[in-house]
Amino acid sequence: MADYLDEMDGLADAADPTVGDLEIQNYTINFGPQHPAAHGVLRLVMELDGEIVERLDPHVGLLHRGTEKLIEHKTYLQALPYFDRLDYCSPLAMEHSYVLAIEKLLDLEVPLRGQYLRVLFAELTRICNHMLNIGAHIMDVGAMTPNLWVFEIREQCLEFFERASGARMHSAWFRPGGVHQDVPLKLLTDMADWLDEFPKLFEDAMSLVVGNRIFKQRNVDIATVSKEDAVRWGFSGPMIRGSGIAWDLRKSQPYDVYDRMEFDVPVGTRGDCYDRFMVRVEEVRQSARIMRQCLNEMPEGPVSSNDRKVVPPKRAEMKQSMEALIHHFKLYTEGFHVPAGEVYVATESPKGEFGVYLVSDGTNKPYRCKIRPTAFSHLQAMDFMTKGHMLSDATAILGAMDIVFGECDR
Amino acid sequence: MANGAPIISSNEGVAATLAKSLGAAVLSTVEAYNEISFTVDRKTLPAVMDKLRDEHEYQQLVEIAGVDYPERPERFEVCYHLLSLTKNHRIRIKVTTDEDTPVPTVTHIWEVAGWLEREVFDMYGVLFDGNPDLRRILTDYGFQGHPFRKDFPLTGYVEMRYSEEAKRVVYEPVKLAQDFRSFDFMSPWEGADYILPGDEKVGGEAPPPTPKSTESTKDTGAGKKANKAAVKKLPPNKAAVKKPAPKRTKSGTNKSAPKDKS
Repeated sequence: MADYLDEMDGLADAADPTVGDLEIQNYTINFGPQHPAAHGVLRLVMELDGEIVERLDPHVGLLHRGTEKLIEHKTYLQALPYFDRLDYCSPLAMEHSYVLAIEKLLDLEVPLRGQYLRVLFAELTRICNHMLNIGAHIMDVGAMTPNLWVFEIREQCLEFFERASGARMHSAWFRPGGVHQDVPLKLLTDMADWLDEFPKLFEDAMSLVVGNRIFKQRNVDIATVSKEDAVRWGFSGPMIRGSGIAWDLRKSQPYDVYDRMEFDVPVGTRGDCYDRFMVRVEEVRQSARIMRQCLNEMPEGPVSSNDRKVVPPKRAEMKQSMEALIHHFKLYTEGFHVPAGEVYVATESPKGEFGVYLVSDGTNKPYRCKIRPTAFSHLQAMDFMTKGHMLSDATAILGAMDIVFGECDR
Repeated sequence: MANGAPIISSNEGVAATLAKSLGAAVLSTVEAYNEISFTVDRKTLPAVMDKLRDEHEYQQLVEIAGVDYPERPERFEVCYHLLSLTKNHRIRIKVTTDEDTPVPTVTHIWEVAGWLEREVFDMYGVLFDGNPDLRRILTDYGFQGHPFRKDFPLTGYVEMRYSEEAKRVVYEPVKLAQDFRSFDFMSPWEGADYILPGDEKVGGEAPPPTPKSTESTKDTGAGKKANKAAVKKLPPNKAAVKKPAPKRTKSGTNKSAPKDKS
């Protein structure tokens, strides 16, 4: 009987762990690359001890298309649509960094209306992106309904993109020197109506999850990141704000007309998945606020620069002017030449700091265009964030990171 | 501010202060487009980065970018972009290297450098001394070569397809249905460093003029008769005379011409 009691207490096992016992080993599993919660093509090699993640090795690059190499073989304008295809959930935010980098090299001035339109649509992109991410994150931890509701809002955003540029997702609407075309007045008034309307649905959807017990159990205190870690691992965007550092490039390094905008930067207090989620929820409200300001303050006028050596003339002008025809032909065959030099321009994309390091050698093609993805630093931190958590938490952590592989793998 | 690029804190005096603080490690300083970049000695890189992080408040390593300049003796440039959250400022640190010389790692200063260095290694083949996990990151498993080098073709060397016979994915050399087109946009007025097609005569010097005479057969340029038999005239042959080759073509063109018009 004493033997039996010892065994029940685990004392017998401790003395000789293999007798009468199975040897338990850690095992390694593949999460993805075809897993629906992997948000694309991510392969996570996980070493599990039971259900606890001991080690996690993300394998990225399954969507690598060599964008940077392709850009080196295209003119500056031809390279622009590649940026839509990086983070295909927030295409205009990707273009924003690129056109600003070109404008910095050219020292090109953008008319005020063009800048307002860019900020307006960059914020619409942010709402659009967060709708996808918030919905996907909620669904990753088990709730279905809010995802369907916020996708309705995302669909409305995409309709606005379509009305402005003709394309739902790959707009290619930001151009060096401004935006491609002006928007009709009706689009702006419809957008103003929508800004009053969509918060109802959005707040309804959020009321289902924000205070929800299950949602909190799945997110609070999961993958806590301290301020120091967030800085050392190169976090940016909602990830660094979730850890409690009020760092927003729109505020600290304003570009276009962000310096005229009034908005708050939400920060988290604990640095867990719930905080990151809530930062995004608040950012949607702040984005709507910025959009309202844009609509109120937007002046009339041209939407793109009048520098005909960079910005092509309008079609009507080409019917009358020989000079315009020549400019148009040169810009769409040879493109414009950019002075030699190198710049690094980073903007606050919905996912964090999205940077473009552009090296020009004075020709019509970029010598080197390095894209700084937001996902790279975040995904790299996944190992230490997931360590010691359960397997099912990995999806919540990944959901709160907001990773899109078009941008991560380039 | 003319363009809409992000506004950061003033660069005034920053380059001088940092150059003074870093001392002999700095090889050159460039301040252009409102951005500061230092080229530093490769061996001193970890010390420089330590100093910049701890003494000069550049807390974040944002990006490591490789650039390839094949014409330079040390062809690769590795650019580290640093960000100061407290001073709201950015700088760029560069080191140069070649295919064989490793760059000291900065993973012990910033953990984020791990993947960034892996990417530069993958794309350019730059080695990082001390990186604990220098594997390929973006390219395929088993990939060979470093695709972002300027001498690596855009189309690559191999292509992949699923083979129905082998029941697996197979790699084959790239076959292009059409040659890859790379247009040269240089205007002839800009002075290309190669001879434009059709301009071959312009570059070479014309030979000096020589007086022309036909005093001997040598001067006329006519050689010896190649074959005496060929020069020999044959008696008129009926078949050869009647050969209607030119006539046929003539009538052919005459016939087809009005047809085309109608």
